[in-house]
Amino acid sequence: MKHSATVARYSLVEALRSGLPWLAAACVIAVLGLSGFLSQVAITEATALQASTAGALLRACAVFLTTAHVVMSVAREANDKGLELALALPISRPAYYLGKLLGFACAGALLATLFALPLLFWAKPADLGAWWISLVVETALAAAAALFFASALTQTVTAIAAAVGLYLLGRSIAAIQAIAGSPLTGDSVPAQAARWIVDALSLLLPRLDAVTRGDWLLYGAPAAGELAHALAGLAIYFLLLAAAGLFDFSRRNL
Amino acid sequence: MSSLERPLSAVPGWILWLLAAALGSQLAWQAARRTGAPAAADLPPAPSAQALRLASLGEPAALARLAMVWLQAFDSRGDNTIPYQRLDYQRLIAWLGAILATDAKSEYPLFAAARVYGENPDPAKMRLVFDFVFAEFASDPNRRWPALAHAALLAKHRLNDLPLARQYASAIQQLTTDESVPLWARQMEIFILEDMNELEAAKVMLGGLLASGRIRDPQEQRFLQGRLEEIERRLAGPGQAPAR
Repeated sequence: MKHSATVARYSLVEALRSGLPWLAAACVIAVLGLSGFLSQVAITEATALQASTAGALLRACAVFLTTAHVVMSVAREANDKGLELALALPISRPAYYLGKLLGFACAGALLATLFALPLLFWAKPADLGAWWISLVVETALAAAAALFFASALTQTVTAIAAAVGLYLLGRSIAAIQAIAGSPLTGDSVPAQAARWIVDALSLLLPRLDAVTRGDWLLYGAPAAGELAHALAGLAIYFLLLAAAGLFDFSRRNL
Repeated sequence: MSSLERPLSAVPGWILWLLAAALGSQLAWQAARRTGAPAAADLPPAPSAQALRLASLGEPAALARLAMVWLQAFDSRGDNTIPYQRLDYQRLIAWLGAILATDAKSEYPLFAAARVYGENPDPAKMRLVFDFVFAEFASDPNRRWPALAHAALLAKHRLNDLPLARQYASAIQQLTTDESVPLWARQMEIFILEDMNELEAAKVMLGGLLASGRIRDPQEQRFLQGRLEEIERRLAGPGQAPAR
């Protein structure tokens, strides 16, 4: 545990000393600028437009920056032979992997906090609190997915594409499932097969459409029970990704 | 075994257990949360066509069709005795209008309006859909006539509203100019007039159609000539009208 905390601390220090804080600040400025522009041209609901646009864009930025940072960090470490050096020290592979994951999740949490702060201008603190907690969990999940793919696939572009693909599927699987379940699609064999595949796929994906929603900032956060239920689903998926990553990392011959 | 991998025994046992437990929890959790088609109340208010175009990121044709596929899932779940019965049709029509405005060449919104949403047993909802189809028809009659023709048939046979059916048939007859529009669609008004017992008007229209020279197929000419003679016999007197 102590080893994991040390690795996590250094992962966080690496994130803070990299270009990530500058990129995050640039994202905040760009998003505030864009949403401010949109609110100026809106003829009604200017504040709602600003809040919902900024919330949606900042959410996407937080997930993408976390994913890219994790993948690049793992790739850099592999190129510099830092991984071999770290594992030559008296530290177990699981402790190392969990330490990295914890560090990246903390970096994601800091990003989520930075991105939630400007939304205080338009959203109620209680609603924003729910949105922030949800974004913290979502970025932790993005970090776990990125770490898993970066470790398993080794290629940077492939890892980013896989992590982003998983995220997009998680965001859209509910809509895809609803479309596939429509009786208008018929009962032909291809339609039934498509329905079955979509249903099976949905079992293996997180429900990201149910969390960190922009409408929470406008119309209020969901009840605590509902929020906890949605976040519990993400927590289970986080555990699954962490376990899969640990399994893969433990088997890899370095 | 690949030399890139260590044996399975190199993996600590607790990781295997954690992986199995996490996978089992994920499957159980998602299986418990499985959702079917969204309910009628879940249909959000329609966005503007401009908003849809903006969201399409330069691919309005793809977005319009995807939006239709998404839209048709609402209130269509299997436990519905009558699909779309609970759907807010004002909201639905606003969606159809926005999608059609996003890609005006798409036939999907009007096809779904006439063939799916227009077949609702609620006459008020049917009329709402037909009004929408009729309003949109005028913008591109040569492309949109099939939806209005189906609406005319439903107005005649389901609503038993012959004046409404005639209004639609008349619009098709007057506004379509493309040669590819079949004659049955352009002749629909004549037969509706017959059903309305407006035999004089039907005779004038049919005679005009035959005289215009637009009908080149000899079989079709013969058929329509026969119908014209039949109308003339019916006008001459009930005793001479042949059984239809």
